[in-house]
Amino acid sequence: MLRFSKTKVIFTLGAVLVGLLLAVPSLMSRDERQAYLKAIPSWIPTWMVPTRAIVLGLDLQGGSQILLEVDRADLVRTQALSLRDDVRRVLRENGVAIEGGIQISGRGVQVRIPDAAARARVLPKLRELSQPITSAILGQTGAQTLGVAESPDGLVQLTFTDQGIEDRIRRAVDQSIEVIRRRVDQLGTTEPSIQRQGADRVLVQVPGLQDPARLEEILGKTAKLEFRLLGDAGSTDTELLPSRDAGGQRVPVERQIILDGADLTDATPGFDNRTNEPIVNFRFNLRGAQRFGDATTRNVGRPLAIVLDNEVISAPRIIQPITGGQGQISGRFTVQQANDLSVLLRSGALPAKLTIIERRTVGPGLGRDSIEAGKLATYVATLFVVILMFATYGVFGFIANVALVVHVGLIFGLMSVLEATLTLPGIAGIVLTIGTAVDSNVLIYERIREEARAGRSVVTAIQAGFDRAFATIIDSNSTMAIAALILFFMGSGPVRGFAVVFLLGILTTVITAVTMTRMMIALWYGYARPKAIPF
Amino acid sequence: MRLLRIWPDETRFDFMRFRHVTFPLSATLSVAIAIVFVTMGLNFGVDFKGGTLIELAAKAGQADVGSVRNAANNLGFGEVEVQEFGNQGGVSLRFPIQPGGEAAQGVVVDKARATFGADYNFDRVETVGPRVSGELVQSGTIGVVLSVFAVLAYLWFRFERELAIGAIVGTLHDIVLTIGFFVITRHEFNMTSIAAILTIVGYSLNETVVVFDRTRELLRRYKQMPTEELLNLSINSTMSRTVMTATTTTLSLLALVLFGGRAIEGFAEVMLAGVVICTYSAIFISSPVLIYIGSRLASRSLAAGAGVPQPAE
Repeated sequence: MLRFSKTKVIFTLGAVLVGLLLAVPSLMSRDERQAYLKAIPSWIPTWMVPTRAIVLGLDLQGGSQILLEVDRADLVRTQALSLRDDVRRVLRENGVAIEGGIQISGRGVQVRIPDAAARARVLPKLRELSQPITSAILGQTGAQTLGVAESPDGLVQLTFTDQGIEDRIRRAVDQSIEVIRRRVDQLGTTEPSIQRQGADRVLVQVPGLQDPARLEEILGKTAKLEFRLLGDAGSTDTELLPSRDAGGQRVPVERQIILDGADLTDATPGFDNRTNEPIVNFRFNLRGAQRFGDATTRNVGRPLAIVLDNEVISAPRIIQPITGGQGQISGRFTVQQANDLSVLLRSGALPAKLTIIERRTVGPGLGRDSIEAGKLATYVATLFVVILMFATYGVFGFIANVALVVHVGLIFGLMSVLEATLTLPGIAGIVLTIGTAVDSNVLIYERIREEARAGRSVVTAIQAGFDRAFATIIDSNSTMAIAALILFFMGSGPVRGFAVVFLLGILTTVITAVTMTRMMIALWYGYARPKAIPF
Repeated sequence: MRLLRIWPDETRFDFMRFRHVTFPLSATLSVAIAIVFVTMGLNFGVDFKGGTLIELAAKAGQADVGSVRNAANNLGFGEVEVQEFGNQGGVSLRFPIQPGGEAAQGVVVDKARATFGADYNFDRVETVGPRVSGELVQSGTIGVVLSVFAVLAYLWFRFERELAIGAIVGTLHDIVLTIGFFVITRHEFNMTSIAAILTIVGYSLNETVVVFDRTRELLRRYKQMPTEELLNLSINSTMSRTVMTATTTTLSLLALVLFGGRAIEGFAEVMLAGVVICTYSAIFISSPVLIYIGSRLASRSLAAGAGVPQPAE
């Protein structure tokens, strides 16, 4: 009964050893870790050696985080303004007379077209302004960005659909993240993290940044996008700009700006109809469309430089005049590149105002102090518990203590593999699990004592103790796990860090306190052959 | 070697008799807490109330709290709560939310940096706008309520209904008393506090479940035993474990309170109070409740025992 086969022992010890080894990179400092990663011979596949490490939360590392939100009202207003321009262009192109101009309504535009025939003629054209909403996962969703409604008295309403607005906000967040990333990189800080949060928010975390004022400032600026012609080198009308196309080489670009990003309303990745090559479609507002049309008509055959933040992104040749306010950029892109470029183009004009709704900064001193204090508290807590367990249960207490140390090691190992974030509440969670981890051992040991008192032999008492306590261990840990799970899903940042530690702690305690303890007791029993329970 | 025994073996202590004291005591405490809660309210932190929290640490020596208070209140951002904390020259300032929406909050920090930057390090700066704080209140409340329901569902599934109700009464009791601890000690109530409360919910059930697991087991073994005696036996036979676990957990938390540093002190103190409350309620509240609602426990198992022949233990 109390026998553990050799394979089982080897397997258990192996699993524990692997778990503990995983924690090793987390114990190194940043420099040590880099040296260690370099020292791994290249013929060893990376999954063979532990490379991942725990990430320290901002509250321990020191740094700043700000939470930005896309201003929904502003976004809708901007979109409505550009829709009005589009509607005006369509009406003019079709020679349709309207009454009272184009009004901007709450979520779109409305226009009165008294003539029923003209209305019938222009409506399909207006409907073309609506675009199908595509999603990365589902492809065509069947939803449209615009709803076009007509009432008998001649009022035509173009309203953004809910999906259209959500889709626009989703894309606005994507664009903002891209812009923000490039901008934060300019700060020259290490490992900034920029993440989407919820539907309309961006969380920017910059470790080590003490004064977020500069961060806030550069996030407030708009990226500068310009359409300019390539010129002759040496001319006073041109300047040399680095070109991404030419691998950073400088190319002459005319100083005169045909158009800037302010006139761009949208850019989306797509495919060329004929060649099926990935391209980027872009759209201008009315003013932009006219100027772009004029410029391209006059300069057919010349390369048009697309300049972003004083860098030439690409310089396609103008094949034909582009007058429709829409155009496409092709340049032997991969799908990914086309996607990136469209994001960059869109990011030229920040899609909407971003509002800072939360800022948190932790000084490096406080973070350092917290880590030191957390370490000390962990050692002291471990010492307290280890002494108490040994004093109460003797050899069995020693076994529980070994399991406890392994348990803490395994939490670190698992967190390393998951690259989980260790926060200050997370440290508190570790200290707390030191107290609760031995609970399973206590449950088992007390049960063993009871069974022994009830007159069972040593072996059967141990056996019964494990069996009977098991259900209780599962029940009590499940209730803890439920609370921790809820905390994980609703919490954010530091609190989530606590939930992660707590959940992993519950998981590992069941393994160490049940399997490992059982094995060690079995081995000890085989060696010592005691006549009575030793506590 | 003589080993330590905190709780003697084979006790026959009549825990249930204490309900005549503990029930009125807990009821009075709960009502008192409700009154204080309504009149004084929780000391909400910036997570929930919005506004700006700034923790300063004196660059040299002690903080001059009086002058910091004066200077802060003269900045023109309304009444600032100024508090000294720790013993290394720490001062915390809490500015109320500024009128003018999300964008208007940033000015506070700029002005504070200009005012205190020369003499103090800025250990922590947190600004939470009105919208985020509203959402945090919402998600915090949902979290606590959801956890109670989730655990109730689990207990209902795993235990008899009476036991589940007993456990929930105990858990609600623990939540109320923990909130009472917040109200009376004026500990700041923030997102971490919600984490503390949820952990206490988990711990409270952990304690109750261990006792009830035994109750359920004894229920099957001793079908004739009166509920009161059954519960006493359950508690007595799990008492050595209860005391041991409460001690290890308390010691760990004590280490955290004493050495965990100023940033985690508050959390640790609340947890410490929570462990004491949970241990108390598992013995003196959750179990005795069964005497009133659990009279059917005995009859139900009696009926079951009469119908189905039980295998010999």
